[in-house]
Amino acid sequence: MVSFKDLPEEELFLAGSTACQGCPSSLALRMAFKALGKDTILLVVASCTSVLQGSYPLSAINLPLMNVAFATGGASASGVSAAVKALVKRGELAEEPNVLVWAGDGGTYDIGIQSLSGAAERETDFIYVCYNNEMYSNTGTQRSGATPLGAWTTTTPGGKAQHRKDIAQIMIAHRIPYVATVSLAYPLDFYQKMLKAKEIRGTKYIEMLAPCPPGWKFPSAQMIAVSRMAVQSGMWLLYEHEDGETRFTAATKRILEGKVKKRPVKDYLEIQGRFRQILSSPEGQQAEDMLEKEVSESIRRLQGWVPEYI
Amino acid sequence: MRVLESGNHLIALAANVAGVEVVPAYPITPQTQVIEMIADLIAEGKMDAEYIPVESEHSACAALVSASLTGVRAFSATSAHGLAYMHEMLHYAAGIRVPVVMVNVNRALGPGWNIWCDHQDSISQRDTGWLQVYVASHQEAVDTVIQAYRITEDHRVLMPLMLNMDAFVLSHTYMDADVPGREEVEAYLPPYRPLWKLDPRLPMTHGSVVYPVDFSETRQSMQIGQDNARQVVYEAADEFMRAFGRRHGDMVDGYKLEDAEHLIVAMGSLAAESRVAVDEMRAAGRAVGLLRVRFFRPFPIDELRSLCSGRSGLMVIDRDFSYGMEGALFSEVKAALYGHADVPSTNLIVGLGGRDVTYEQIREAADRAFRGEADEVTWGDSHITKAHEITREMLAEFDKLLSP
Repeated sequence: MVSFKDLPEEELFLAGSTACQGCPSSLALRMAFKALGKDTILLVVASCTSVLQGSYPLSAINLPLMNVAFATGGASASGVSAAVKALVKRGELAEEPNVLVWAGDGGTYDIGIQSLSGAAERETDFIYVCYNNEMYSNTGTQRSGATPLGAWTTTTPGGKAQHRKDIAQIMIAHRIPYVATVSLAYPLDFYQKMLKAKEIRGTKYIEMLAPCPPGWKFPSAQMIAVSRMAVQSGMWLLYEHEDGETRFTAATKRILEGKVKKRPVKDYLEIQGRFRQILSSPEGQQAEDMLEKEVSESIRRLQGWVPEYI
Repeated sequence: MRVLESGNHLIALAANVAGVEVVPAYPITPQTQVIEMIADLIAEGKMDAEYIPVESEHSACAALVSASLTGVRAFSATSAHGLAYMHEMLHYAAGIRVPVVMVNVNRALGPGWNIWCDHQDSISQRDTGWLQVYVASHQEAVDTVIQAYRITEDHRVLMPLMLNMDAFVLSHTYMDADVPGREEVEAYLPPYRPLWKLDPRLPMTHGSVVYPVDFSETRQSMQIGQDNARQVVYEAADEFMRAFGRRHGDMVDGYKLEDAEHLIVAMGSLAAESRVAVDEMRAAGRAVGLLRVRFFRPFPIDELRSLCSGRSGLMVIDRDFSYGMEGALFSEVKAALYGHADVPSTNLIVGLGGRDVTYEQIREAADRAFRGEADEVTWGDSHITKAHEITREMLAEFDKLLSP
């Protein structure tokens, strides 16, 4: 087990970013960089992170960084991954650096899924991190394929009528060597999963729930608390998938082992503003029930991979 | 080494001797043979490159850009809808200033679906920032691939280059051509030395947000790169001539220009066809010459001004059309000459969607044009007839039947 004492002191995410208060992406970048270190090439898919890194000629990220077009996370990683192979062959680089893609849910679930899927199928050697704030936050909070049922966005003014998709399961279906979900409320779990991804060859997909204070309408100081409640209510499940098996981790594991009681989804819906409309409407109870059902279905589907928890 | 190969295969062989290191590509007719041959050369151990079989052209161009920015020589090939699908990434390549080379085998854009040659695909990408060159022979295609990297990788340029080659007329016909050896080419074209790249030893941020206060400078610097290419194109051609004893590489290619009163202006293989028309018209006593535009971007402004000045007339052939206006080359030529050389000009639109264009057609159209009998824009081989109108009338009848 790693402890906070083991985290490197060096900061590759520098002071002076233009992120909002309580931004989950910037905290996650800091953690990810500590796990991966300096020998990393970073590709940022068009998202809040393209903006929060600072604008020309300044940058708050002390890694070689290319901002890439919205639909091109997987493809851009493919180009870099092939190029570093060629550079190692040429003797220009001693070894291949980590290739890290950093994308939001819009760039992953929606416009970027083809490119990500292609790169995964080609067994491209890179780490793909999706920081999922369940909406297009950068353009001012529109719905995405990751927006949960019932959530308000500017394009779902009455609450979203459809369920979110489960893209981590889509990535598992690509037979890639490592898929994991993480939460900022469980930073050592996150850190360890990044360390593991660094050591594995092939495509690694890591997805973090990224509660967005302005988008989800909660005070910025509550970002970690909302992250924690997402896990405690089952609305965000922590696990990793490796060698054909899924293992639950951190608080999700403790809940499923019966050591901690799962909180009702309602507790999670009530500590943020984006479910206010649906909760106060006649459909409120129905939406809540449907989300509880979504959680139990997701758990059952994941348990299908892990006989020991059945 | 002399080989008997198709235009597509020659492109692949040229990319190999040019020392290409990464090739992201997606199949599309009529380009597919280029990437098939590259895949074969790599599989047989004859080419030392990474092949990325991407899942779309948008991804092909994205990987092309990111591979180049990582510091390697990157190459791809596409056509028509593939090029159109890359449109966003074409801007990206130019904006982030990567010296990549891509061959576009010119093909019509559908619908109606059509795999045959015209220039609509590349003309539609005119304003993306890519250098655009149009070749007219197999040997020129080989030599231009090699020179292309000299031009784009020159630190004064650093703009991507699109080599355009006519579908089927060049891509699928077999010709004898010389493909120089890898070592000879390396002496002419040393390994790529990037001015900037993604490198953990020198972390830099590329493609970040640029506010209005800095944006115009980034755009003007792209134009400076394009402008510098005018000079670099000639340098690359001169040195190529010294190294290989052949000259393919100027901004324009003239034929029987000296005493010509009238000029045919064209690009690609239609220009080669026009040579025969010029010979025939010369034999009939008419002082006609041919000006083949090789580089469409940067546009050969100075060359056109000096070579067209004082002529009695131009006939510009377009294998493309800018809807609501006229042929794109026609517009560009007139724009270059405006205020510098007042030459009456007409436009001939022919060969769209691969319709065969013969030298006789060109000769007849030029005869009419140079006698002053041609309209400003002539659809030279289109025959809209009463049948097209009847079809419309029939459809209108159907519409009545379907209306409640």
